[in-house]
Amino acid sequence: MTLRTVFVVAALTLREAARRRVLRSLAVLTAVLLGLSAWGFTRIDATFGGLTSGESRLAAAMVLNLVMFGLSLIAALGTAFLAGPTLAGETESGMALAVLARPVRRSAVLVGKWLGLVAFGSGFVAAAGSAQLFIVWVTVGYWPPRPLAGLALLAAQAIVLLTLGLLLSTAVSPMASGIVAVGLFGAGWVAGVIGGVGEAFGNDGVARVGAVSQMLLPTDGLWRGAMNAFQDSTLLTQFGPAFEGHPFLSAAAPTTTYLVWVGLWIALVLGLAVVVFQRRDQ
Amino acid sequence: MVTVTGTPSLDAARQLLAELPPAPAVWCSGLGKRYRRRTVVTGVSFTVDRGEVVGLLGPNGAGKTTVIKMLLGLVRPDAGEVLLLGRPAQDHHSRARVGYLPELFRYQPWLTAAEVLDLHVRLAGEKVPASERRACLAMVGLADRADDRVGGFSKGMQQRLGLAVALVARPELIVLDEPTSALDPVGRADVRDLLLALRTRGVAVLLNSHLIGEVERVCDRVVILDKGQVAAAGTLAELLGQRELRLRLTEVGPQAQARLAAAGRLTRSGDEFTVTLPATPAEVDDGTVPDLVAGLVGLGVRVHAVEQTRISLEERLLAILRTESGEKDQH
Repeated sequence: MTLRTVFVVAALTLREAARRRVLRSLAVLTAVLLGLSAWGFTRIDATFGGLTSGESRLAAAMVLNLVMFGLSLIAALGTAFLAGPTLAGETESGMALAVLARPVRRSAVLVGKWLGLVAFGSGFVAAAGSAQLFIVWVTVGYWPPRPLAGLALLAAQAIVLLTLGLLLSTAVSPMASGIVAVGLFGAGWVAGVIGGVGEAFGNDGVARVGAVSQMLLPTDGLWRGAMNAFQDSTLLTQFGPAFEGHPFLSAAAPTTTYLVWVGLWIALVLGLAVVVFQRRDQ
Repeated sequence: MVTVTGTPSLDAARQLLAELPPAPAVWCSGLGKRYRRRTVVTGVSFTVDRGEVVGLLGPNGAGKTTVIKMLLGLVRPDAGEVLLLGRPAQDHHSRARVGYLPELFRYQPWLTAAEVLDLHVRLAGEKVPASERRACLAMVGLADRADDRVGGFSKGMQQRLGLAVALVARPELIVLDEPTSALDPVGRADVRDLLLALRTRGVAVLLNSHLIGEVERVCDRVVILDKGQVAAAGTLAELLGQRELRLRLTEVGPQAQARLAAAGRLTRSGDEFTVTLPATPAEVDDGTVPDLVAGLVGLGVRVHAVEQTRISLEERLLAILRTESGEKDQH
């Protein structure tokens, strides 16, 4: 019965995502980004015809990571702004009352919503990300070394953020939860860049900023892992320390321990959201 | 006697259980709720029997909606117990056969009316054929809007949809919180007919409404809440049994005045005397009035007019609430 509730609510959340304006805005934004990137990649080849193969690979990998960052931003914004209204908005408008008065556990409703959002976020990353990789392959002939791992990490990043958005939406208003989630995502990215700079200059204190922020909010750690999967592994060894600490190149893939931590982080935040949601008066 | 299905003692126990009357649709005892320092509900107890229509009345802020939400597990009570259809309300299965129309009714705007009903049937875990779901929409006057998105519905249509949602999963108890707040007079009459139909089908109804006339017409019993407490409860006959006698009299001496006061609570304004007579069932005429009039005439009083009325629920409600606040002011 509880499992049935989870699937009914997950299907409802997917249908909501598909029918609300947010999907159309996402589709338009993604189409614009993909279109611009296609044009940009053809220009790289045309303008810098004289690049060596290594240089053009570096340029392609870097621009690909840049565009993927745009995609991950769209996924983050989209899922965070879907996660917020879906709980806080429904409570505020009274839409949750009729649903929660049914013979359902609140935990099942919340997990169902989470599952629906996870399916939506992952589906978006898979579709838009593959389209982007295909565009790069057609325009400049570059194919990343581990595309699946990269896309999976990008999807995990979206899942982390939507889980956070869901937790926030159990406590604050719909708009505020979206804004706070995206703000934290941005702050995490900036902290990651600062940490990268610290590493490049051998400053442990500054490097720790990035490490700690990647533990507290794993979006940036996952994003760096995804970049690493999209870029040619020979690049950093070839071009050496000149690109250390670069915001759109990453030195290493995420460790297994880190991935386990991310799984644990998601479970903890979702569990906390369930506890808060169960205790809340409607 | 030995049967194949079980031992005699087991069978006897089964029979005993089967012969027990079904548990009430709603049973709550000592419900209490505080929001920070403000006590919203305290010591509320009442029952709604199977097939009974009970009205919940009271002024704004009396705690009616909070009580309803506590019954349905939407608000956690700080004190008290709730049984829905015989099961403790903490168990979510207790709501399997409960339909609810919230005061704040809103349904997924991106779904069609038919899809909203499908969703609630699935959440309730019931198997309701499509024809029955359509019939449910038709019952609230939305048959031709089944495939339209709820986002385009007016307030009144959303409230009608809410009624259909409350009715769709074959409930044994329906909780309606202000079900006619957005409806036109025709819609209100429809809801009244619907409630009467539900009563004949044996469905219990808990109705919270500001429209006293509506409650008076359809409810078997009334629970009046004031400042989070039950101010009065009873059948309409118990609450409305009181009669009022209005008399226009002259030449009323002290003896006649005493005779009037002996008949019931007396108020006077000039020549107008009002006596509140004790409660009797509506159909019984115990001869109090002719005896009183004869007595007054015997005492030399000139009787110009005598009018006997029954107290309306509205007057009774106001009287109860005023007495309550008067008593509290004195403390």
